[in-house]
Amino acid sequence: MTTVFSIFLLTMLIVTAIAIVRIRDLFATVMLSGIFSLLLAANFFLLDAADVALTEAAVGAGISTVLFLSALAMTTDREKAPSSNRIIALIVVATTTLTMIYASFDQPTFGDPDAPIHQHIAPWYLETTRDAIDIPNVVTAVLASFRGYDTLGEVFVVFTAGIGVLFILGAPSGKPRQTTDFHSEGLRHYLVPRVVGRLLTPFILLFALYVQFHGDYGPGGGFQAGAIFAAAIILYSLLEGEKRALEAIPRSWLIGMTAGGALLYSAVGVAGMLLGGNFLDYSVLAENPVAGQHIGILLIEAGVGITVTGVLLSIFHAFTARDKF
Amino acid sequence: MALLELYHYWVFAILLMIGFYAVIAKLNLIKKLIGLSLFQAAVFLLYISMGKVEGGTAPIFLDTSVEQLYSNPLPQVLILTAIVVGISTLALGLSIVVRIQEEYGTIEEHEIQEIDRQ
Repeated sequence: MTTVFSIFLLTMLIVTAIAIVRIRDLFATVMLSGIFSLLLAANFFLLDAADVALTEAAVGAGISTVLFLSALAMTTDREKAPSSNRIIALIVVATTTLTMIYASFDQPTFGDPDAPIHQHIAPWYLETTRDAIDIPNVVTAVLASFRGYDTLGEVFVVFTAGIGVLFILGAPSGKPRQTTDFHSEGLRHYLVPRVVGRLLTPFILLFALYVQFHGDYGPGGGFQAGAIFAAAIILYSLLEGEKRALEAIPRSWLIGMTAGGALLYSAVGVAGMLLGGNFLDYSVLAENPVAGQHIGILLIEAGVGITVTGVLLSIFHAFTARDKF
Repeated sequence: MALLELYHYWVFAILLMIGFYAVIAKLNLIKKLIGLSLFQAAVFLLYISMGKVEGGTAPIFLDTSVEQLYSNPLPQVLILTAIVVGISTLALGLSIVVRIQEEYGTIEEHEIQEIDRQ
């Protein structure tokens, strides 16, 4: 049954992707890419990747759709020209696809426990997590502790991208702009979205906090929680108008959160050094090394969550603040 | 069952190339970015499919008394962070597209090249 279902989902992915490329109405394309992300999240869930499914659903189906739509509002929603050099491109693409499918016959079969990928370091992570870190979610343990350096790097990439968007779109400058109805009013006059949105927003925020702090025990963590938190605030500002959302969380706070989360993460690393361990070695943070790991993971996940929320919301406000000229 | 053995890799190859086609053949810059995110999604799918172990479950220890096979946590960690980095870089790309629209008045590649030549 699962087999049939996963073949169906994978085939739907291809159908959706072809529709995305073929349709010239960009608005429809963006909606389809939201559906694509949701299908992808379902696939991840079938492939045992609960954490990844949660992230893809929050980021791909939620936030990236909003970003594409606000970019469309400032540019155009109609693709003008057809493709260029279509024949050559099709030949290149078809040849490469066939080559990759031919190469796939040398791959280890799907789900093979003896595949090389499962031999090297993964068993070590699964075993050591029990003794050294003692939290149920191995994904969180690897993300926050074993590969803490990687994650620190990723947080700084997110931070840099956020700063880049702010520089390019120059949002925080206080130049006066015309406020349209949308900026001050949102969808306040539409009864159904307003009532449903008001009911949902506090629960989405609560769920984000649950995902943040339950990340050690179940699927979740800072990246997912940050995306869900940002999605809740974006929903609020779509319904109540951007002005109200900025009253709730002003721009200066967002900038502070963007930098503060990354700094909190680095500070935990430095604290480890000051207490006599290595950079990002949490074992020295408490008397008991395992308790130290728990404190370290909690703090750096909080740092990740704060930065991701700050960056995603800053990007959203930077896009919506720019008027159609 | 035999069909599923390599089907994930084929879907990866097809999705990757659908995204690549949009990047090289489409002229609209937003369409190119959508193609790029399809390309990216295909890579995510490849990593996660490779991490799956037949009969395994999500790598979260719920009941340690039962001996249980777990899927590989490492690709999941890599892709989890890559998704969030992906959205941030996508936003950066979109903001550059918005600036191009403001400067050139169009986001079609051949029209931009036309204006540049003048």
